[in-house]
This record gives sequence, structure tokens and C-alpha cells, in this order.
Amino acid sequence: MSLKSQFQDGLLRKNPVLVQLLGMCSAMAITTSLFNGIGMGISVTIILTLSNIFISALRKVIPNKIRIAAYIVIIAGFVTMVDLLLQAFLPALSENLGVFIPLIVVNCIILGRAEAFASKHTVWQSTLDGIFQGIGYTVALIAMCLIRELLGNGTIAGGFSFINNGDGIRILPEGSPALIMILPVGGFLTLGCLIAFSQWLGKRLEQKEAVK
Amino acid sequence: MIAKLFTIALGAILVENFIFSQFLGICPFMGVSKKSDTAVGMGFAVTFVMALASAATWAVNKYLLIPLNLEYMQTVAFILVIAALVQLVEMFLQKSVPALYQALGIYLPLITTNCAVLGVALLNIQKSYTFIESVVYGFTGGLGFLLAIVLFSVVRERVDNCDCPKAFKGFPIALISAGLLALAFMGFSGLKIG
Repeated sequence: MSLKSQFQDGLLRKNPVLVQLLGMCSAMAITTSLFNGIGMGISVTIILTLSNIFISALRKVIPNKIRIAAYIVIIAGFVTMVDLLLQAFLPALSENLGVFIPLIVVNCIILGRAEAFASKHTVWQSTLDGIFQGIGYTVALIAMCLIRELLGNGTIAGGFSFINNGDGIRILPEGSPALIMILPVGGFLTLGCLIAFSQWLGKRLEQKEAVK
Repeated sequence: MIAKLFTIALGAILVENFIFSQFLGICPFMGVSKKSDTAVGMGFAVTFVMALASAATWAVNKYLLIPLNLEYMQTVAFILVIAALVQLVEMFLQKSVPALYQALGIYLPLITTNCAVLGVALLNIQKSYTFIESVVYGFTGGLGFLLAIVLFSVVRERVDNCDCPKAFKGFPIALISAGLLALAFMGFSGLKIG
């Protein structure tokens, strides 16, 4: 398994949100501004990488029968650490993401990668897998944030306090955006369209490879 | 008292539906809604566990974590309580109500990682509900999940047979129909009592 193929898997071929359809709750719930999306993406990447390292290091010690419970405890430990760190150093982000930070514990991406990858591979491979899958998740979140924020609020890069006092860069004039895109409905619609796009792209790439 | 409980119930079922407005429990919602009979089974199992988990985690928080000053361990403690609870419910049903176990059995293990269950436990604490309010919120939140998944499964059975663009076949079109259902549920957001 090469570095390049692992990278492509995480970002495209096995993108956790768009292809494996994991972790959709958070992908729809918090993608209303770029700040939230990037914050959530980085938090999940860190937790995923750390738990992957830990679980793969302990894969021969953990008895098979109670492995899921053991994984959940390990993941919950890292989630609590990140939660407390965010509360201390990034209170604005912590407030925006609210209950979805502790809920990273039950985010299927992390448990899914622990079970499908980290429990069978070496520490080094699992570390890379955690980082690349995390980047894939972050990229999917960023795409959703950009679409929803632009169409729903008319801005880009909202939430960062150093850009325009947290209001972001205005693209569409005020009053014209469709508010519905930042409401829950917009989450379902955007994710549906993005997954359709990734399916279409996947088919095209397959055809191209077949022609070659 | 009754009025407050009624407000909580109405809010959890319609106005702030766990699926359509809070995005909790989307994975089982999308995963187990292909047929309406399995959707009903999953809905009841989730309702049952959410009510139980609300009661158990409230008690753990009040009588264990707060006296010991361990509130920061909430996430870890709650997920353990929920996992243990699901296991207990499974063993209990298997022994005493085999018929119900047959119907719900395969869904129970999935519920541990359902974010609606951990979500309701955390929200109860966040909203500082009393014991009875927590149980009512958990139970009616589950009913809201049941309503959503049953409605959606019926829609999905029809959508699966429809003629739609190739790229949208399967999952994407299901998500978009869920979005339209969420739009319908937004109509309830005007409901206010008292």
C-alpha cells in the first residue's frame, strides 16, 4: 500500500463523507460557515489520527470480544481532551459546534476506521490513514460550507474574526441569498447534490481508465 | 408542570424534530429506511433506548459525576452507560420477551453508536431538565425519530422506483427527498404554546 494510493483513497475514491457515507450528522449540522467547517474538520482529523495510532498500537492487546467497547473508550478519551482544549482556547468555535463536539465519539468515521483499518494495520499505516481520511472529511465539509454559506448568506469565509470582523467576504448583495440553504433543509439538499456529483465524477474516471 | 411537559413533548416530536432540525441520528435514519417494516422496528427500538438512556444518564450525572466533581468526564461516562444499557436491554429481551427480541434484535447493537441517544443525554444536561422532564424529552424525541423514519421509508419506497438522473440514483435522491420532508417539518416551527 503506497502513500499515494492511501492519499487518493482518503481524498477521493474512499472519501468518508461523499463515498463511504459516514459522519453525515455533523457534515450537515455544522456546515453553515467556513469557520465551523474547518474547525470541525481539524478536530475530527486530530481525534481520528490519535485514536488510529492508539488502537493500532494496542491491536494485539485488546481482546477481540470487547474490542468495540475498548475502541469507544479510547475515542471518548481523545474527544474529551479536544473538547476541553477547544473550550479553553477557542470558546467561539466550541459554542458554535455545541453538542456536536462530544458527539464526535459516535461519529461513524472514527469507529469505522478503527474497526476497518487500524485494528489490522501497522501504526505507521494507521497514522497516515487517520490523517488522509481526516483531510478527506475536512475537504467535504469545506465544500459544503462554501456552497451553503454562499447561497444562504451571500458570503464566503464567515466566522473568522480577522476577516471583516467575522462577517466574511460578501459576494451576493444582502437580501438576495436564499436563507433556506443555511437552515437544516439546505444541509440535506447540498449533501445530496455533492454526493450525486461525486458519483458522476467516479463513473467518468472509471470510464476514462477503461478506455486507456 | 403538565404544560411544560407538553411543550417539551411537542417540541421534541414536531418543532425540533431530532432528524429534521437537529441532525441527530442521520446514519440509522438513512441506513434503515429502505423498507417501512424495518423502519418501524428501528423507530421503536430507538424510542425505548432513548427514554431509558435519558433516565440512566440523568441519574449518573446527578448522583455520581456531580458529587465527585467529575462533570468533565460526561462524554466518557455517558457512552459507557449507553453501551452497557443497550447490552442489558438486549439480554433482558432475549430471556423474557423473545418475540420482541426477534423483532428488534438486529437493531439494538446499532443503537449504541446512534448519535440521537448520546445527543439526548447531553442535551438533557445542557438544558438542565429535571428527571421527569429528561425522560419525557428522551421518550418524545424517540417518537419524533419514529415519525420521521416511518414517513421517510414510505416516501423512499416510491422514490426508489422513480425515474431520476443517473447520478442521483440511490442515495443522493433519498437525501434530497429527506430535505423536502425537512422543509415540510419547518412548517411546525411557528407552533408556540403558552
